Amino acid sequence: MLLIPYFVVGALFGAVLTEAEVISWFRIQEMFRFDAFHMYGIIGSAVVVAGLSLTVIKRLGLRDAGGVPLALEQKQMGSGVRYAAGGTIFGLGWALTGACPGPLVALVADGVPVMLVALASALAGTWLYGYLRPRLPH
Amino acid sequence: MPHPLPWYVAGPLIGLVVPALLLIGNKPFGISSNFRHLCAAIAPCGVDFFRHDWKQTGLWNLTFLAGIFTGAWLASWLAPPSVHIAPAAMAALHGIGLHASGGLAPRELFSWTSLLTLRGFVSVVVGGFLVGFGTAYAGGCTSGHAIAGLADRQLPSLVAVLGFFAGGLTTTYVVLPWLLR
Repeated sequence: MLLIPYFVVGALFGAVLTEAEVISWFRIQEMFRFDAFHMYGIIGSAVVVAGLSLTVIKRLGLRDAGGVPLALEQKQMGSGVRYAAGGTIFGLGWALTGACPGPLVALVADGVPVMLVALASALAGTWLYGYLRPRLPH
Repeated sequence: MPHPLPWYVAGPLIGLVVPALLLIGNKPFGISSNFRHLCAAIAPCGVDFFRHDWKQTGLWNLTFLAGIFTGAWLASWLAPPSVHIAPAAMAALHGIGLHASGGLAPRELFSWTSLLTLRGFVSVVVGGFLVGFGTAYAGGCTSGHAIAGLADRQLPSLVAVLGFFAGGLTTTYVVLPWLLR
C-alpha cells in the first residue's frame, strides 16, 4: 500500500488545525462558552463540505480498486449507550485538555511538549476500555 | 497569513479530508482509531480489542497521524499562531481564576512543572485519559463522529456529538471552576 498520500493529506490537515487555532485550549473554551462562532463555523462548514462530497461520490457510484463502493462504514446504534456514555466521557476530557486526538498530536509539534503525557494517558484510557469492554454496556 | 485562518477556509479544507481519504484508498476519516492501533502495537496483552492486525488496518492512519505532526510543526514554524480569543471568553476565564493568557494552552495548566499541581495533573493526565477512554468507548472522536459521521447522516454519531457537548459543558461550567478556584 502506498502510504505517501495519507501522509500528505495528514500534513495539510495538521497545518490547517494549527493555522485555524483549532488546537488551542483557549479556542475550545471559547466554543464551550458560546463566545465565538469560529469553531462552530469550522465544524459546520466541514460537515457540509464532507456531506456534499459523500453525495457526489455516491451519485457517481465511485468504487475502489477492488470494486467496493467508496463509503463510510455504517455505525450500529444498538442500545446507544456507548455513544451517549463514551461521547460524554470524551467531552469531559476534550474540555480539560482543550484538544481532541488530532490536536493532541499537533500540540506536541506546536510547542506544548507536555501533551506527550496527555497522549500516553489517552493510550492508557483506550487500553483500559479494551480491557473492560466485555463488561461495559454498548 | 491572517490569524486565525478564517473558519470558511479552514472548515471546507477539513471537510475535504473525508472524500480525499475515500478516493485515496476507501479509508474512513477518524483519528482516535490510532489509539487502538498503538495499544495493539505496544501492549496488546491478550485483550480481544487489540488482537486485530494493526499493520493491515491501521498503518495508513498512523501515517496520516505522522502527517498531522509534521504539518503542524511546519505550519507553526512558518507562521506561528497567536491566539486572541473573544474578550467575553477571556473575561470568563479570568473570573474563574485562570490568569495565564497567550500561547496555545494556558501555561499554568500545561507545562512540565504544572503536572505536580492538582489542576495541571487533572488537565493533562485525567483529561488525556478521558479522551482515550471516551473515544474508544464511543467508537470515534471529533473527526470520526462530529465530521465524518454527521456528514454521512449517521444517527449514532449525532448521539455521540450530543455526548461530546454534554461532557464539554460539564467540564467548562462545573469542573474547571472547581479546579481553578
